[in-house]
Amino acid sequence: MISTPSTKHARSGPLADQIFGWVAKGCALLTLGLLIAILTSLTISAWPAISKYGFSFLTSTVWDPVQEEFGGFVMIYGTIATSIIALVIAVPVSFGIALFLTELSPAWLKRPLGTAIELLAAVPSIVYGMWGLLVFGPVLAQYVQTPLQKAFSGVPYLGALVSGPPVGIGLLSAGIILAIMIIPFIAAVMRDVFEVTPPLLKESAYGLGATTWEVVSKVVLPYTKTGVIGGIMLGLGRAIGETMAVTFVIGNFNQLDSLSLFQAANSITSALANEFAEAGEGLHQAALMYLGLVLFFITFVILSFSKILLSQLRKGEGAKT
Amino acid sequence: MKFAVQYPAIVAAAATAFAFGAAQAQEITGAGASFPAPIYAKWASDYNKATGVKVNYQSIGSGGGIKQIDSKTVDFGASDMPQTDEVLKSKGQVQFPAVIGGTVPVVNIKGIAPGQMKLDGQTLGDIFLGKITRWDDPALKALNPGLPLPDAAIAPVRRADGSGTTFNFTNYLSRVHPEWKAKVGEGTAVNWPVGAGGKGNEGVSAFVNRLPNSIGYVEYSYVKQNKMTYTLLKNRDGHYVSPDDDAFKAAAAGADWNKSFYQLITDQPGKNTWPISTATFILMHAKQDKPEKATEVLKFFNWAYSNGGKAAAELDYVPMPPAVVATIQKSWGEIKDTAGKPVAFK
Repeated sequence: MISTPSTKHARSGPLADQIFGWVAKGCALLTLGLLIAILTSLTISAWPAISKYGFSFLTSTVWDPVQEEFGGFVMIYGTIATSIIALVIAVPVSFGIALFLTELSPAWLKRPLGTAIELLAAVPSIVYGMWGLLVFGPVLAQYVQTPLQKAFSGVPYLGALVSGPPVGIGLLSAGIILAIMIIPFIAAVMRDVFEVTPPLLKESAYGLGATTWEVVSKVVLPYTKTGVIGGIMLGLGRAIGETMAVTFVIGNFNQLDSLSLFQAANSITSALANEFAEAGEGLHQAALMYLGLVLFFITFVILSFSKILLSQLRKGEGAKT
Repeated sequence: MKFAVQYPAIVAAAATAFAFGAAQAQEITGAGASFPAPIYAKWASDYNKATGVKVNYQSIGSGGGIKQIDSKTVDFGASDMPQTDEVLKSKGQVQFPAVIGGTVPVVNIKGIAPGQMKLDGQTLGDIFLGKITRWDDPALKALNPGLPLPDAAIAPVRRADGSGTTFNFTNYLSRVHPEWKAKVGEGTAVNWPVGAGGKGNEGVSAFVNRLPNSIGYVEYSYVKQNKMTYTLLKNRDGHYVSPDDDAFKAAAAGADWNKSFYQLITDQPGKNTWPISTATFILMHAKQDKPEKATEVLKFFNWAYSNGGKAAAELDYVPMPPAVVATIQKSWGEIKDTAGKPVAFK
């Protein structure tokens, strides 16, 4: 304790209190105002495309700047597919990392491992992109795609899922690169929340003869579910918004002619980054703005979904399981 | 003061400006096309050393350059795609060509050296339409009887970002390949039927160098600097030419610059012309609120036309031929101050 109780600070007057209140309120309102301003300007700029295509923009797969014919389905599909691939890989791995660090790891290993994971989060995304294009892509093509194509050739569905030229760029490589990028985020949050589980609860469970897995699944996870879901959502948010790394490895191909995981595709952010600078005034620009608006909406839906999920979980609390 | 520290050359220019001291306040700003950005930066740096005037060039893409000059936030805009005379008239702007370059198809096939493979507009268009999918296609074999063309699928690579290079390439294909014109057309970004997209010239060259049996198209300077396997291309007169400065110059010389600066110099007649040549353009307002800035811009380009040739050649750009420069200087008479007096550039 630095300050002793005897040092008496002059009580701030009611005016200072009021000013402080206004400032705080102003800051809060500023965020809201910014959000509304961004939404409004996005909508205004996207209006030519919205009024021309309406909701059919979301399902049309044609993206032809020359004929001024725009549909966003390919990019929307790419964004969602790569994010799902990223989550499917990243969540179990992050969970394993966090579990190991908090429950299993010997004490001397905890710090270096934890720091390494935090450092991974600090690597700029363009580095992941270059690495994905020049190092990871060829490896994926040679040692994963080619054998898979050989194994599944002629098999319905599975064969189609791995078809395409073996170049190592496309949905799967983008998804894997995204997974590598978001693992540190999810793992760090999970570890932090696992660590705040009261030892009393864990020790009681161990005392009752529970295994490590039972402790984690019955005590730690229920206690920390808000934090865990928060961490996953943080990762998902980053995966959806990531631009540079995805642009390098997704192939930037605006056609959807197969469901192959190895097919070059495009994502919303990648299309925006690539085409915005050279897009002329008019429909092309408006269509890109519309894509931005869709991305905004996707993020909003995910956020709402996680809130609803959390409130549902909370409702279940205390109920007999 | 605002520093656009995108290029080391500009950093150097800024440093020199400081060395000259605060007495030098002259500063002009331009923005736009990324294709000529290296040469503009080099000219800016040399010009700064010679005169003390600072030229900031922001490489933000041609579309961005057009937007910026429209809103008068910069003293000059730059675009790889010329504006039609009607558009310029409606906006009250003028344009002039600054430097010439070319777009070159590059391949990565084992056993084939630079300049060995021959292509024409028809086969190039068919490859990028996805109609020719293998290197041992009869059409390619007929053009290259002696070459060891592999029994392998072609991996086409193209630009993912909107770019003047793509405009140049698709403009050429639209002129020589009717089906390309009908199905895809020309533009800085088009609806590609096939191919993986690389970001920027460097992205495309990285893809082509990495992927066996690929074909792509890049700016000429990238071909030279990365020692890529370029192909010969059949020009309008039926000759197979290799891409070099003279072939680009020949294409520029054939255009009628006296009539209008709206010249797309693809598929030009002439024995030595490279069919995918291009000029890149500067945009300015015809009526100048700040004539002293306009004077500085024109002085800069005037200096570049007479003194910038060596720097351009070093960076693999082709300077404008002297006859065209005279036409450009004459056209500068249209740039006037608010009183209607042409701004000086000498």
